Amino acid sequence: MTNEIMIAGFGGQGVMAIGKTLAEAGMKEGKAVSWLPSYGPEMRGGTANCCVVISEDEIICPIVLEPTELIAMNLPSLLKFEPTVVKGGTIFVNSSIISEKVSRDDVRAIYVPCLDIANELGNAKVANMVMLGAYIEAMGNLGTETIKEMLVHMFTGPKAKLVDLNIEALRRGAACVK
Amino acid sequence: MEKELWKGNEAVAEAAIRAGCKYFFGYPITPQNEIPEYLSLHLPKIGGCFLQAESEVAAINMIYGAAGCGVRVMTSSSSPGISLKQEGITYMCGAELPAVIVNMMRGGPGLGTIQPAQGDYFQATRGGGNGDYRHLVYAPATIQEAADYVQIAFDVADQYRNPVMVVADGMIGQMMEAIEWRELPKRELPEKTWATTGTKGERKPNVINSLYIDPNLCAEHNERLAAKYKAMEENEVRWEEVNTEDCEILFVAYGTPSRVTKAAIKLLEKEGIKAGLFRPITLWPFPAKQLKATASQPTVKAVIDFELSMGQMIDDVKIALEGCRPVSFVGKAGGVVPTPAEVASAAKAAIGR
Amino acid sequence: MAIVYQKSKGLTDAELHYCPGCTHGIVHKLVAEALEELGVLGTTIGVAPVGCSVFAYNYFNCDMHEAAHGRAPAVATAIKRVSAPGTTVFTYQGDGDLAAIGTAEVIHAGMRGEKITTIFINNAIYGMTGGQMAPTTLVGQKATTAPLGRQQDHYGSPIRMSEIISTLEGAAYVARVCVTDIGNLNKAKKAIKKAFQMQMEGKGYTFVEVLACCPTNWGKTPAASVEWLKENMIPYFPLGVYKDVDAEVK
Repeated sequence: MTNEIMIAGFGGQGVMAIGKTLAEAGMKEGKAVSWLPSYGPEMRGGTANCCVVISEDEIICPIVLEPTELIAMNLPSLLKFEPTVVKGGTIFVNSSIISEKVSRDDVRAIYVPCLDIANELGNAKVANMVMLGAYIEAMGNLGTETIKEMLVHMFTGPKAKLVDLNIEALRRGAACVK
Repeated sequence: MEKELWKGNEAVAEAAIRAGCKYFFGYPITPQNEIPEYLSLHLPKIGGCFLQAESEVAAINMIYGAAGCGVRVMTSSSSPGISLKQEGITYMCGAELPAVIVNMMRGGPGLGTIQPAQGDYFQATRGGGNGDYRHLVYAPATIQEAADYVQIAFDVADQYRNPVMVVADGMIGQMMEAIEWRELPKRELPEKTWATTGTKGERKPNVINSLYIDPNLCAEHNERLAAKYKAMEENEVRWEEVNTEDCEILFVAYGTPSRVTKAAIKLLEKEGIKAGLFRPITLWPFPAKQLKATASQPTVKAVIDFELSMGQMIDDVKIALEGCRPVSFVGKAGGVVPTPAEVASAAKAAIGR
Repeated sequence: MAIVYQKSKGLTDAELHYCPGCTHGIVHKLVAEALEELGVLGTTIGVAPVGCSVFAYNYFNCDMHEAAHGRAPAVATAIKRVSAPGTTVFTYQGDGDLAAIGTAEVIHAGMRGEKITTIFINNAIYGMTGGQMAPTTLVGQKATTAPLGRQQDHYGSPIRMSEIISTLEGAAYVARVCVTDIGNLNKAKKAIKKAFQMQMEGKGYTFVEVLACCPTNWGKTPAASVEWLKENMIPYFPLGVYKDVDAEVK
């Protein structure tokens, strides 16, 4: 089983962080992982994307051309990468800012109003965690417990209170998956 | 050992520290900036020194000065910056100074692009500086290999009193993979009795120098260096073979293209074509004998050289094969990475399918 | 019999290759004496340039590096940064090396306040390559690449390095001297010794420019060269101390 994930959006939406969290969680579960960012002037703002591969076997190539899953955090990303998703793949749409629907009928589309949910939770920064929660729920390839453990390690001291917020964000994201 | 997720450039920097390197001199250039950034934070903590120089030219000459004092030292850059460092590299080969130079290659020529490429193969393996010199060139294809070979490079540099270059394309610098910090085999290393550490009035002055004004002495110096390079050719060749036994198509690729090749091999397998990969890990010395042995298998119909350049390593492939098999080329320069499908179809074309 | 003079222990027994009337030998001697008198020969690392003094590594009786053209301040920077505390480091450079190809390196070493000393030999000409125009060649002065003399509208006016270096916050001591007579020679020795002393005290970058003769490439006798230097170089390159952080404190 290999997941080849394309995550794309504006700089500042936590696109790179979603990818890193997925890769690290995969590694902690003993899988082979890679994380490959787009780099260049777009790093300083504008659109950004990263490819993550999570595999039971050795990773052959870290470059994702035909993703099994696409996480589109903004409209340009959806328009650009929707055609590349494999047949039977899954597209996650940040429906807080993307009003368009996925036009293909040979893929599964999951709409996650991650920014609205994050705002309801009182912190727009956790929008990417809402999206991550939806991804893990829909794909079932990574354990929520693994991510929770990572959060406990990531937020310590005065930041420890962010653990519960992020866990709640994951849960709310998961709830978007029907 | 537990696996850790590391970005290529940061793994290179950490590997240097783990190899006992306390000194780094460099100049900013994309896509290798995480190396100096990491070291500027961590070297002062271990009593070392990070210095951002006024240019790549100054930086490589700082490496020369530090290496002459007998300490482990590294610099890193990307293609246009490595061009500027050629002066120091030939001086270090001439003065026999050990150091590690990392090139996270980008597209060229000139300013080119910041995206991954392998257009510096000739510069790395033939030397962009003046004179008859050689240095080892390691080409890691994964972050684990990058971390390992940077550490190995320091030992090899000390063993031969010669700079060692590690080249990777920008993609390897930028990506993250899970790696282990593992214990590497130790080498017997000679004491640096030649280093300038001050005579303390106890010995004759040590001189770090590449000038031999008497042509006879300069000729002798070149003979001595050539013998050293021959020893490197005999002892330090590294390569990897994947699926090469009885293969019909033999790919030759290093770095990121070698990974794209592995995906192309899977595609060809689905069509009933057996393809294998020969991956040089040392670009110099090039694993010529080993490549010829593998390519000479009766099953091999075509050898495909795949590079992120317009065809540079292909010269070494042809020299190695001595005409025993047809060699064709697939590749792109300027920061674009061909897809596995493109590579597979080039291979099929080579065998008329 | 009483010894009234002997060669400094800071010099080896190698025979100097310099031309008759060349200033390099005298300055080598002053540097060697200063290092010997300060008792630091065993903990000194020098950096030789490319130019007439390229073989300086054969003459100074201490550990030496031969640097690429103009790069001595970069090489010396690293030597100082990686060596044991208390190591004395100096560069010895000519005007082509320091004021043309190596301008960036010397300015930035000064900017960083590297605890090194630069001895800058300014003879207004490229010596080793055969008398080509230097950045310090005077307007009107003939050179093999300026057969009619340096023309200001084509090449501008000579660069004054001591003045430039003295503007750098990192510079602790900057002086321009000459060795045309005993009085000036003694001043030069004092300046060189002070530069090393201030390096040892960690005050900052120290720089001593020595106006020098090149009879061979100037096409003059040694005696006439001294007169030419006094009459032409000193008016454009005035002698004196351009910066001394010790004096500023007082």
